Amino acid sequence: MWCVGHKWLPAQLNQTEGANSMSTIRVLVGTKKGAFILTADGTRKNWNISGPHFAGWEMYHLKGSPADPNRIYASQTSGWFGQIIQRSDDGGKTWNTPGSSPEDLKGEGGFPKGESNKFVYEGEVGKHLWYDGTPHPWEFKRIWHIEPSLTDPDTAYAGAEDAAIFKTTDGGKTWQELSGLRQVKSQLWQPGAGGMGVHTILLDPKNAKRIYVAISAGGCFRTDDGGKTWKPITKGLQSPYELPDPAAEVGHCVHRIALHPSKPDVLFMQKHWDVLRSDNAGDQWTEVSGNLPSDFGFPIDVNANEPETIYVVPITSDSLHYPPEGKLRVYRSQTGGGEWEPLTKGLPQKDCYVNVLRDAMAVDSLDKCGIYFGTTGGQVYCSPDNGDTWSAIAEHLPTVYSVEVQTLK
Amino acid sequence: MIRVVLPFHLRNLARVDGEVTLDLASPVTIPAVLDTLEEKFPALRGTIRDHGTLKRRAFVRFFICKEDWSLEPPDKLLPDEILNGTEPFLIVGAMAGG
Repeated sequence: MWCVGHKWLPAQLNQTEGANSMSTIRVLVGTKKGAFILTADGTRKNWNISGPHFAGWEMYHLKGSPADPNRIYASQTSGWFGQIIQRSDDGGKTWNTPGSSPEDLKGEGGFPKGESNKFVYEGEVGKHLWYDGTPHPWEFKRIWHIEPSLTDPDTAYAGAEDAAIFKTTDGGKTWQELSGLRQVKSQLWQPGAGGMGVHTILLDPKNAKRIYVAISAGGCFRTDDGGKTWKPITKGLQSPYELPDPAAEVGHCVHRIALHPSKPDVLFMQKHWDVLRSDNAGDQWTEVSGNLPSDFGFPIDVNANEPETIYVVPITSDSLHYPPEGKLRVYRSQTGGGEWEPLTKGLPQKDCYVNVLRDAMAVDSLDKCGIYFGTTGGQVYCSPDNGDTWSAIAEHLPTVYSVEVQTLK
Repeated sequence: MIRVVLPFHLRNLARVDGEVTLDLASPVTIPAVLDTLEEKFPALRGTIRDHGTLKRRAFVRFFICKEDWSLEPPDKLLPDEILNGTEPFLIVGAMAGG
């Protein structure tokens, strides 16, 4: 590395920028009223915005396939008309409900024939706890998160509310539940105020059979056999203000988990309260909140080039969903947690009362790593330098639900 | 010929402009119209009524000749004005209010 400490020499900085400029960054933004796609070259200075795609629909999540970056899956949903899955095979220029062929759409009478929105719980539907503590049957509401396979563009996983995980192997045309997840004490799962959804799905790049999921007010789970059987991975979590048994096996309100592909046994977690890490694939968790001004928050992510550099956005509390002191600060730890530093350059440091939702932070894989997040106030911020400086790359969008980033060489 | 008017978002989803026309043999009920509509536009399955149960989604309404038929029995026959296309079959997204 041609750097002195953390200070890059100008010549090397220019060299990095030169190499990066050959890349393209595509940021997929899901909002309350449509999807937006932001693109820039690797210098990450000048951004083009396309959208709104699916105007007026709630776009919970969009994510590209690592195996084919032009393949993008999107979760389109509505309180009126339910769930739709959309797919693009050209990097977001055009979209179809999977199962439609290009021929279906040609001509004056062309229309999409794909159905692609049939999410049916496998076998007996079963019951979880309702708000009043009584058993309540599972009801499908929406897809919160889509996680494409690392190797096959036609395979993807979808996290549902009410909590369940579904899998497609035909590009999103049909979906089957991996129902083993709901065999893990799910009669004790109970939704919080925000609903009970599978919001995080992490695929282990070194073990194709291992998948992690996290569920709001449900907890954190792992399969080691491709989704047939699951086990809770919550040892070490403490939730004294959310659960009658603070160390219960299920029911913790896990807000987000993250891993670095080079060290997939190391997990980082932003829980309702507490930031934690595990060094053994979730078998044991240790709190690393350290000197954070608040350890309540939603997203957590890992620098693409530094597996022990992680980012969170502290929020005042579960009662006050905005940043402490009205200052929007990303906190970075370069020690895998415990020691944190505020990142503020370019972020509003007064009168800021937005939130950053759990799926609204992502990183690119350039050198230096780009960090991105969206707010409930409709801003999308980018740092092209590991978090040192920030600028808004989109403003005045609807509430941002999700941010994903593709690094295209 | 039955004229069906879809709400804005479902017109976009089905990629149609204006009304949709359907040919159905008598007797014609609301479920029969929806079956034919979904057969012609499979992308609409699950958006007006749920998969499996075929129950109307809570915030979707059916207006027939200026009356709300959303809660009418499923075997109730549609009036001649709908069957001969004088009046449209309106599928409406319920008001959000506020």
